[in-house]
Amino acid sequence: MAKAKTNTEDYLRMYRQMVRIRTFEDNANQLYLSAKMPGLTHMYSGEEAVAVGICEALTDDDRITSTHRGHGHCVAKGAEFKEMFCELLGKEEGYCRGKGGSMHIADQSHGNLGANAIVGGSMGIATGSALRSKMLGHDDVTVCFFGDGATAQGLLYEVMNMAALWNLPVIYACENNGYSEYTKTEEIAAGSITARAEAFGIEAFKIDGQDVLAVNELTQKLVARCRKGEGPFFIELETYRYHGHHVGDINREYYRSKDEEKDWKENRDPIIRFRGWLVEQGIASEEEIEAMNAEIEKDATEAVAYAEAAKYPDASEVDMHVYAD
Amino acid sequence: MRNITLSQAVNEALAEEMRRDPTTFIIGEDVAEAGTPFKVLSGLVEEFGTDRVIDTPIAEPGFMGMAVGAAMTGARPIVDLMFGDFIFLIMDQLCNQAAKIHYMSGGKLNVPLVVRTNMGATRRSAAQHSQSLQALVAHIPGLKVAMPSSAYEAKGLMKTAIRDNNPVVIFEDKLMYQDKAPVPEEEYLIPFGEANVKREGSDITLIATSSMVQVAEKAAEMLSAEGIEAEVIDPRTIVPLDEKTLIESVKKTSRAIVIDEGHQSYGVTSEIASRLNEKAFYHLDAPVLRMGAMDVPVPFSPALEDITVPTPEGVAENARKLCSGELIHAA
Repeated sequence: MAKAKTNTEDYLRMYRQMVRIRTFEDNANQLYLSAKMPGLTHMYSGEEAVAVGICEALTDDDRITSTHRGHGHCVAKGAEFKEMFCELLGKEEGYCRGKGGSMHIADQSHGNLGANAIVGGSMGIATGSALRSKMLGHDDVTVCFFGDGATAQGLLYEVMNMAALWNLPVIYACENNGYSEYTKTEEIAAGSITARAEAFGIEAFKIDGQDVLAVNELTQKLVARCRKGEGPFFIELETYRYHGHHVGDINREYYRSKDEEKDWKENRDPIIRFRGWLVEQGIASEEEIEAMNAEIEKDATEAVAYAEAAKYPDASEVDMHVYAD
Repeated sequence: MRNITLSQAVNEALAEEMRRDPTTFIIGEDVAEAGTPFKVLSGLVEEFGTDRVIDTPIAEPGFMGMAVGAAMTGARPIVDLMFGDFIFLIMDQLCNQAAKIHYMSGGKLNVPLVVRTNMGATRRSAAQHSQSLQALVAHIPGLKVAMPSSAYEAKGLMKTAIRDNNPVVIFEDKLMYQDKAPVPEEEYLIPFGEANVKREGSDITLIATSSMVQVAEKAAEMLSAEGIEAEVIDPRTIVPLDEKTLIESVKKTSRAIVIDEGHQSYGVTSEIASRLNEKAFYHLDAPVLRMGAMDVPVPFSPALEDITVPTPEGVAENARKLCSGELIHAA
């Protein structure tokens, strides 16, 4: 695996964050399956190295925009389980007081400008955040997460054009998980995705999105260059979505095989790979890792129980926050 | 007091607010050296530079989305949308993003931005450069809509819009850019949600927006000569709407016509008429009448275009019918 951050603490935090995402998603899926969660949700499981590799290269001042598959970005940018589960269940203590739900979680305190339920809907927002950074002389960078499916939206090309013209500090992070909802990416994307960014003169990279250290190393370099005014950049991260398009998309053999899913889970899982590397390098023992996993599982279980018992917002909140004062 | 054009009034409002707040900036097509096709922004780039008066490619969804992101992170963008008809191009960013972000985030994120655009037919610009689409915007919770009816109104409402912490869309009637009105030298703001009673009367209330205020005032003059005294009210902002002033007037006059240049069906006139029916029904002596643009795409030919919009003669004629007790049925 490639090397990025160099001290033990950083490596262990990256591992921890990846496991937190996976654990969060496993619990969210259970909430859906047991009919405790209103609505649907989109699982990030399998893509953890992308969110963690990138967000570990950012500070709280740096902004991200997220997607409908956004729990991973939210956790990776520093969010807490309790407020996240409360939001998923529509409770008052959720990040958005229950008004956003899974597809609109925003955590401004850590620079997460929010998930977006319109595919590609946040590309303008991310680029505008970068425009603000440059215009006001700030040095923060914005990362725009989106999937391969969103590369079919025209908005991407409008904003990449402007970002390139004006050297904006934005990184377009295309999480290519191979599927645009229920359709193979090769059926919706002509030519090369990175070549599209290159057509605007944007430096573009295609990397293994299952290798957290490679993702982190590249992002650190690009963030530093963005801060020097050398942005924008584009990264295509090859990754895989373990679940269906959403939690209810269970019978999916008509668009992808179980063998393919098994192969990614067994041979390219980002957490298994990184865990193996940590042990091999002597950074953590198997026992230490198991203890960490157990602690995260306990945190999640407690947060779920807390959220289930938490209050719904009072009915008087329904027309609150339509307009700001 | 000096008289200046509506165009100059908007220009002054923008310049004053940009001097006052360094986080404000203008973004749109041909806003800098060109100063827009209507020359409303002329001179601003010389004072504020191209960092704050930003010419974009022709990419309305793109720059609208960027304005949303800039607004969410601490700037106050003023989006210049060259024609109101282009609102259809920015609908996702305006209605799905800007309008909902404050609510969806439980009040944590704000989107303080202004979209200044235009409306109005009879400029021989045909169906894609003549629409008055304020009802579409007013329909979406989270957006505010201002409709200045003179240079004075345009300046005061623009300054308020820029300081508002919500997305505000201002529709300027493109046929009024050269209309002059008295505008004070000293600073003033016009609060949102406070209607302006332009003319007092006791027989009928004419509620009119934007350039339709002039239409209503002309109709009121004609009617006055015939002994009918019309009260003319400009709501100034349709969201928020000063329902109280409108209802009080109708309770006094017992009759009302609502005039707006958007299409009549499902429009601004329908909404206001409906509220008057619901809240002043027992004070009414006649049905509240709607007068909007005809429900047709705006035609190019002058012979056709001019009959699609409300006129002073048409308003006066309907007012006479209402005041004489003549029943009016659509069928």
